[in-house]
Amino acid sequence: MIAGRTDLPVLLPFRPGARSAGARRPGRGHALALVSGLVLSIGIGDALAAPGVPSILATLVKWTPLLATGFLLNIAISFIAMAIGTALGTLLGLMQISLFRPVRGFSWAMTQFFRNAPWLVLLFYCMLLLPFEMPIGQAIVPLPAWLKATFGLSLAVMANVSELVRGAVLSIPSGQWESSEALAFSRRQTLWMIILPQCVKRMLPPWMNLYAILVVGTALASIVGVNEAMTLTGDVLAAESRTELLVPMYLYLLLWFFAYCYPIARATVALERRFQVR
Amino acid sequence: MTPMPWTPDQPLVRIADVHKAFGAVTVLSGVSLDVMKGEVICVIGPSGSGKSTLLRCINALVPIERGSILVEGQEVNDVKLDKLALRRKVGMVFQQYNLFPHKTALQNVMMAPIHVLREDKAEVEARARRLIRKVRLEGKESAYPGELSGGQQQRVAIARSLAMNPDVMLFDEVTAALDPETVKEVLVTIRDLAEEGMTCVIVTHEMGFAREVADHIYFTDRGVIVEHGPPKDFFANARDPRTQQFLSQIL
Repeated sequence: MIAGRTDLPVLLPFRPGARSAGARRPGRGHALALVSGLVLSIGIGDALAAPGVPSILATLVKWTPLLATGFLLNIAISFIAMAIGTALGTLLGLMQISLFRPVRGFSWAMTQFFRNAPWLVLLFYCMLLLPFEMPIGQAIVPLPAWLKATFGLSLAVMANVSELVRGAVLSIPSGQWESSEALAFSRRQTLWMIILPQCVKRMLPPWMNLYAILVVGTALASIVGVNEAMTLTGDVLAAESRTELLVPMYLYLLLWFFAYCYPIARATVALERRFQVR
Repeated sequence: MTPMPWTPDQPLVRIADVHKAFGAVTVLSGVSLDVMKGEVICVIGPSGSGKSTLLRCINALVPIERGSILVEGQEVNDVKLDKLALRRKVGMVFQQYNLFPHKTALQNVMMAPIHVLREDKAEVEARARRLIRKVRLEGKESAYPGELSGGQQQRVAIARSLAMNPDVMLFDEVTAALDPETVKEVLVTIRDLAEEGMTCVIVTHEMGFAREVADHIYFTDRGVIVEHGPPKDFFANARDPRTQQFLSQIL
């Protein structure tokens, strides 16, 4: 038998430069396939269209400004949800490694609950349970639907970030804690000055990955009536009421999300590879 | 629990009848030894005989179950112990160096004095540079641990520990993870320290080194001290059969 080769289902050790068949790098082919799919669907749609209607391409161009405003809302939702989710999730993650048992138990339960809840359910609960306006001090602050949806998504992000933080802290070799202790650092100092700075590097790729998933997930907000890109696409289709528009229109929307998320995915892969070699 | 103040003529570290078990595994079963100020003692013995655990008990990284450890008269086996105060007096160097990989060599040395002792940054930096020169790593101040060899990292770890101005240094098999050619540079550094009068407790497998630097050698096996004595006697006329067997395997 040749050493290093086996038919058994084993996880091979990582070798820089080596690429397993299952984990191929995404290529530019994906983007090309999408664009050609769009072009093809436009062609088919145009061929099927009743005579005298404007071409599909012209229709897409006509609605692009509207879709863009909708997509901007998707981005805004993703930014805010990521910010809130990361802040709360970091806190929750640190609570998960607390030496105080009740704190650990509480944050563990919170994390598991929100991590295993479907995002859509969280969205519905936020829409139904949060009021449409909230008194803050003297002022009454309105809570528009998109903001409530953002809170719902934040909860999902929070739970995932909590697990990222916990996992990253536990992945730091115990010798780091030991030598910090021996140098008379307090636990808090050890955590903030020695452990967490090392965690940031480890957490960055999965955190970016989570963000890309969140961006795609913002389309869920259309189900609870937020006027984001997905909702607007539906509105446009209803207004045009041309069945041959259906496929190109949604492909067009998909392309928007793809163009935004794909570079993030590429950057994540690049970062992962760089950190793995060291 | 003697309220009597510690004076330098008493043992700096006094270990008396220390017992420790990890679950069902007994690691230390009644170890006693004294370390005087300025003394260098070496602890040798087969793997798993509790040497490393003993060191970790001295600076309260590992709690003990029974017995007493006095460091400068202060009881370590005390729930009210100020662990941070104890660890400021006791330096420790580990087998795996455990440098902070996100900090340069100089920053590794400076961190604890600045943040734990809250000393002035400029003073600490001057001292840190002096220590790095002392461990013969001049020019490596801004190198990250990942860019240094094992022996170099271990010498930074020694400097980092010395920067706290400890009264006693604990060395836990500090050359066990090193390439043979870099072992020597680390041992030379420790020997220099010992000659300057630093109190050292050294756990090691380097018998030649132990013979050279130690004032007193302790041989442990299965959680007890089997035999001890000054190096000359110890190596020449080991009486216990376990010691004889161990020495015959290693020398």
